[in-house]
Amino acid sequence: MTNGWIDIKNTDMMLVMGGNPAENHPCGFKWPVEAKRHRNAKLIVVDPRFTRTASNADLFLQIRAGSDIAFLGGVVNYTLQNNRIAKDYLVHFTNAAFIVKEGFKLPEDGLFSGFDSKTQTYDKATWNYEQGGNLTPKGAAIAAALGGAAAAGQASANGTGAQQKASETVASAFEHQKTAAKSGQPVAPSSNPPQQPGGHEALGGGHQAAGPVGAKATGAPKVPPLLPPNTAYDLSLQHPRCVYQLLKKQYSRYTPEMVERITGIPKDQFLKAADLYTSIRKDGDMKKAGTIIYAVGWTQHTFGTQIIKTAAVLQLLLGNVGRAGGGVNALRGHSNIQGATDMGGVFDVHPGYLKIPAPTDTNLSIYLKRTTPTPSKPNEWDSFNYWSNTPKFMVSLLKAYYGDAAQKESDFAYHYLPKIDRRYSWVELFDRMYNGEVKGLFAFGMNAVMIGPNSRKNIDALKKADWLVVGEIYPDETSEFWKSPGISPEEMKNIKTTVYRLACGGFAEKDGSMTNSARWLQWKNIALPPPGDARLDQDIVAQIFLRIRDLYRKEGGKFPDPILNLTWAYPDAQHPSLAEIAKEINGKALADATDPKTGQTIKAGQQLPGFAWLKEDGTTSCGNWLYSGSWTEAGAQMQRRGTEDPSGLGVYPNWAWSWPANRRVMYNRASCDLNGKPWDSDRAQVWWNESGKKWVGNDVPDFKPDSPPSDHMGPFIMNPEGVGRIFGPLAAFADGPFPEHYEPFESPIKNPLHPQQSTNPVAKWFKGPLDKYGTPEQGFDVVCTTYRLTEHYHYWTKNNPMEVQLVPEPFVEVPAELADQMGIHGGEKVKVTSARSHYIAKAMVTRRIKPMMIDGKKTYQIGIPIHWGYRGIAEDEGKTALTPANLLSPTTMDPNAYTPEFKGFLVKLEKA
Amino acid sequence: MFDEKTLQIRAISAHSGSVPGKGVQREVEVCKLMDTTTCIGCKACEVACVEWNDMPFRQTVFDNTYQTMPETEWNFWQLIKFHEVQRQDDGGLAPFQKNQHDGNLMWIFRKDQCMHCSDPGCLRACPADGAIVQYENGIVDFQQENCIGCQLCVSGCPFNIPKFNQTTKKVYKCTLCSDRVGQGLEPACIKSCPTGCLQFGTKQEMKEIAEKRALQLREQSGFKNAGVWDPSSIDGTHVIYVLHDATQPELYGGLPKEPRIPMVYTVWKYLLKPLSLFGVFMGALGIFFHYVSYGPKPTLPEPPRAKETKEDERGNR
Repeated sequence: MTNGWIDIKNTDMMLVMGGNPAENHPCGFKWPVEAKRHRNAKLIVVDPRFTRTASNADLFLQIRAGSDIAFLGGVVNYTLQNNRIAKDYLVHFTNAAFIVKEGFKLPEDGLFSGFDSKTQTYDKATWNYEQGGNLTPKGAAIAAALGGAAAAGQASANGTGAQQKASETVASAFEHQKTAAKSGQPVAPSSNPPQQPGGHEALGGGHQAAGPVGAKATGAPKVPPLLPPNTAYDLSLQHPRCVYQLLKKQYSRYTPEMVERITGIPKDQFLKAADLYTSIRKDGDMKKAGTIIYAVGWTQHTFGTQIIKTAAVLQLLLGNVGRAGGGVNALRGHSNIQGATDMGGVFDVHPGYLKIPAPTDTNLSIYLKRTTPTPSKPNEWDSFNYWSNTPKFMVSLLKAYYGDAAQKESDFAYHYLPKIDRRYSWVELFDRMYNGEVKGLFAFGMNAVMIGPNSRKNIDALKKADWLVVGEIYPDETSEFWKSPGISPEEMKNIKTTVYRLACGGFAEKDGSMTNSARWLQWKNIALPPPGDARLDQDIVAQIFLRIRDLYRKEGGKFPDPILNLTWAYPDAQHPSLAEIAKEINGKALADATDPKTGQTIKAGQQLPGFAWLKEDGTTSCGNWLYSGSWTEAGAQMQRRGTEDPSGLGVYPNWAWSWPANRRVMYNRASCDLNGKPWDSDRAQVWWNESGKKWVGNDVPDFKPDSPPSDHMGPFIMNPEGVGRIFGPLAAFADGPFPEHYEPFESPIKNPLHPQQSTNPVAKWFKGPLDKYGTPEQGFDVVCTTYRLTEHYHYWTKNNPMEVQLVPEPFVEVPAELADQMGIHGGEKVKVTSARSHYIAKAMVTRRIKPMMIDGKKTYQIGIPIHWGYRGIAEDEGKTALTPANLLSPTTMDPNAYTPEFKGFLVKLEKA
Repeated sequence: MFDEKTLQIRAISAHSGSVPGKGVQREVEVCKLMDTTTCIGCKACEVACVEWNDMPFRQTVFDNTYQTMPETEWNFWQLIKFHEVQRQDDGGLAPFQKNQHDGNLMWIFRKDQCMHCSDPGCLRACPADGAIVQYENGIVDFQQENCIGCQLCVSGCPFNIPKFNQTTKKVYKCTLCSDRVGQGLEPACIKSCPTGCLQFGTKQEMKEIAEKRALQLREQSGFKNAGVWDPSSIDGTHVIYVLHDATQPELYGGLPKEPRIPMVYTVWKYLLKPLSLFGVFMGALGIFFHYVSYGPKPTLPEPPRAKETKEDERGNR
C-alpha cells in the first residue's frame, strides 16, 4: 500500500476492484466503513461477482474477469475527455510533460514498437524519453502552465506576502537554467551516457529489466539504452509526443462503447461509475482524495502488473498519490506476505529489493553500475533519485551476510553471491522440476501442490524430485502428493521421492514480526509453545544449515567459502532468536560514525538509527535497508504500542514501525502544492516550513528534508525522474510503457481492440505435455474465476472444525440463469472441466453472478473457492471429490511479476 | 466502553410475589445495535459467541447459501441471515419473484438472535419459577438449572429463538453475555465485530446512533425508507436494527414488523397458566397411578437425532 489501512478513513471516494476486502480482509474493511460513516465517502465496487464487499457499495458493476484494463482505460479516457485532471500535479509531479522518443508506437494493432515475433520480446529502445530540455512553446504556454501553479499558490495564500514570494520563487526557478542536479550524484554528461552491460536483460524482467523469456545469458551482452539525463519536456502539454498527448491518444480508443463490448458493463453504468469516481476533481477542486484498493484479483492475470499500472496512471491524473485518503493500495492476502517480499522472498531480489546479480555482473562495481540509476529529468528540475544509494545498501547487506569475510579488498565478498541466468519464479521452478532439472524442494509455510496453477503438473513434478521437505502444522496435500487422487497403488510404489515431513510451530507458537499491507512491522509474542515434537521453523533451518556447514568444513566442496563464512553470530547457534535476527536486519555500525549535519554520533557495535547512516565503505552492516530503523538503540521500534494520534489522520506514529523510516503515507510531498502547502488544509500530512527551511508535518516527510519548493524536486524520489511515471520507460515493464487491454490467455472472445493480437504478446506460457490451453471452439465457453472465502484461510482451516462448521464443503457458484438453462438445482453436483482437468462440487445457484453480453455474445462466469483438496475434515469424511481447484487453472503468467492467471480462464460446465 | 456492572432483576418467570430487591437500584437499559447497512456477513460474531460460551460445534450441511445454518440452534445463538433482495429506483427494497434473475441486486445481512424484548413472550409463557429472568438492564436470561424443559417459552417467542437440547432437556438462547455485561464488558459478538456494525451501550445512546445513521442513509445514500427497528408491539427490544428499508423488515430473513406474543400468553395468561399447571399436576398424578398399576416401562433407546450425535463427535475432535 502506498498509504495504509487506517488512512482509508480519510478518503472521499473508493474504487475497490480486483479485491474483496470485506471477505478477505474483514478487519481492514473497518476503514472503508469509517470513511462512509464519517465522511460520506462513496464506495464503488467492480467485480465479476456481487461479493460481500459489494453489499456495502454505493455502486456495483459486474465485470468480466480479466477485462480490468479496458474498464480503467475507459475511466482514464473519461477523465481526460471531461477535464477531471489535477493539472498542476500532472504537469509538475508526473512525467506527463516529458517528450517520448521518436519512433515510439502505440499498440493500435496490439503491439508497441520494437516487437520481435521470433523471441516474443520487445526491443525497448524507443520506449524512452527524448533528450533536449525545454520544448515548451515560447511565451504564453509556459506562463499558462506556471500561471496555473502560481495562481493556485496565491489563491491559498490568503494574500500573505510570504506565500506570494514563494510562488514567485517557484516560477523563477524554471526561468533559470540550472546546470547540475542536486541529487547527491553528478549527472553524467549527456554526450557520454554510462554504459551498462546487459546481463539482467537476459534474465528477462523483474522490476527494471526485461528480455527474452527464458533466454540464457550467452553470447555478447546487449547494451541496453539508458534514460537521458536532460529530458525534453513541454509544460504546455501540447507536444504531439509528450506523454500526456500519447496517453490521450492511447486511451481515446477506450470509449464507453468499447468498454461495454470488452467488460460487459453497460455503457450507462460505466459512465455512472466513471463520473462518480472522477467527481472528486470536478471543476479543478484539489481538496478531495480518492483511493484505489486492489488485491490478487488484479495480479493474477497475464497482464496483472499492467492493471495496477493503469490504476497508477488514473491516480496520477487525478493527483491522488501521496495524499491522505488516496494512493494505490494493494491488500496483501497473508499476514506477512509484505514481509516475505521485502525480505527477498522472490527469486529476483535480495532483501530491500536489491536486484539479484546476473552472470555478467562479474564484480561489485559492474553490478552497482548496472543497478544504480542516474537522474533523468528536465535540467531545471531536481531529482533525489534515492536509488543512487544502492551501493550503500548493497555493501551493508554483504557485510550482514558475510561479516569479516566481506572486506574492501575482497570486493566485499560479492563473488559469494549466486548469479542467476534463468528465472526461478514459482511456475518456472515447478516446470524445471517437471523437466527433471530441479531435484529437491523445501516447502515451508506453503502448500506447493495447492497454490500453483495446474496442480496435476505440480504433483507430477514432485514425483520426479529426489526429495521433498515439508514443514507444516497439518498433514497437507504437498507432503502427501504421492497419494493424490488418480494415483494407483501400483504407481504409488514407483514414486521414489523421499518425503521428509517436519512438524512446525504455528503462527501463535513463535514470536517475531509480521509486516502488514500498510508496511508496518509489528511484533507478536508467543501465545503457547509448539506441541509435542513440533519445532520452530528458524530452529529447523538453523540446524540444517549448521549440519551443511559441518559437511563443507569436513569434506570441502566446490565452493565452500560462502557457506563457511556466512555470518552466524547467534549465542545459541542451534536456536537463533527472531529478536536477534530482527536486530541484525536493522543493522549496526561497525565503526564510530558521526552525522556531519547534526553532530549525532554512534559507536561501533551500536544499532543504526536508520538507513541514512548506511555506508558503502564497509563500516555498516544491514540485512535490509528498508527495515533499518525498526530496532535501534532506543529499542525495538516494531514492538511499540503507542496509541496517540495527534493529527487525527490515523498516523499513529508510535504504533509499531512502518517502512520506510516510519513514514505512513509514501510520496507524501505530493500532498502539497508546488509551494509546499497542503492541497487540503484539513488533511495536512507534511508541509514546507519556510522559517525553519525544512519539511515538517504529522507524518515523516518522504522527501529530501531541506529541499525548498523552489528547487522543484520531484516527490517520487524512488524514480530517477523524481516524478510519477504515467509512461513507464525502457525496462520498467516487459509488455509496454502504457497498459493495453489484452484478453486472458483463455478467453471467450478475440480482443475487440485488435483481434489479430488478442493476448499479451510477451505473456509466458509453456509447451509441456500437461500445459494445455482451451478455446471456446473446443467447448470451453464459460469464464471461471477462483477466490477465497471469509470463513476459510487458504488450505489450513479445512482442518479446523469451527471453520468447517461455517462452510462445510466446496462448491461452485453458478449463475441462476445458466443453472435454469441446464436444469441444475442448488446442492446438485456439477462437473467443471478445463483443458487440463476437471473439478466436481455442489452447485451454489445464485443471482450474484449474472450473464453478460461480451462483444455481442452472451457469456457466463462461474466461481470456485479454492480451499479444499484431499486432506482435511470434509475430505476425510468423504464430502468432497478430493480435487484441488487449481487442477483447472492454466500455467500462464504475467511477464513482469510471473504471477499465474488464476482468474478468468475457460471451462465447461456439466451436471455431474 | 459500557461500564454498568450490576445485574438487577426486574422480572422472574412464574414467580409468585414481588421480585426481591426490585427498584432498590437505578439501572440503565442496555442495548445492542446492529447496523445491517455496514454488516459484511463475516460471521466473526457467530464464532465469538460459540467460543465465549464454549459451545460444541454443530455439523452443518451445504444449503445453497453462505448462511451457516437455517436458524439459530441451542448451541448456536448468533446467526447472520443472508438474503438477496432488489433495490428499487425509489430507494426502497423489494423481494425477488421466483425465477427472477434481473433487478438491482442487494445482498443483505442481518444477525438473528434473541431480541431481549422489553415484554418477553418467553418469560410470560414460562411456568417454571426462576427459569427465565429479566434484568433491569433489559437482558432476558435463561437459568437452565430451573428449566423444566416444557418448551412453552419456544411457543411464546415471536422470533423462534429459544431452542431445546434433546440431551440436556433444557432450552438455551443468547444471554446477551450477561456474564460479561455484569462485569462491565461488552458482549463477545460486539467485541469481535470488525466493521463496528455491532455496537453496545445504553438503549438511549444506541437509539440516537441508530437514528443518526438512518438519517444519513436517507439523505446520503438514497435509502428513503431507512429507519430503526425497535418494535413497540412488545414495548421495544434490547437488540435494535438499522435497516435500509424499515418498512419491510420481513425482507431481512423474516424479521416481523410488529412482533406479537401469542394471545394465549397475554390475554389468557392468568387463566391458562393455573389451568395448565393443574393439567400438569393431573398428568403427573395419572403417571403415578399408571406406574403403580402397570410397573415401569422397558428402557428404549432414545429417538435418534443424527445431527446432534455427530456434533458431540465433532466437538471432541
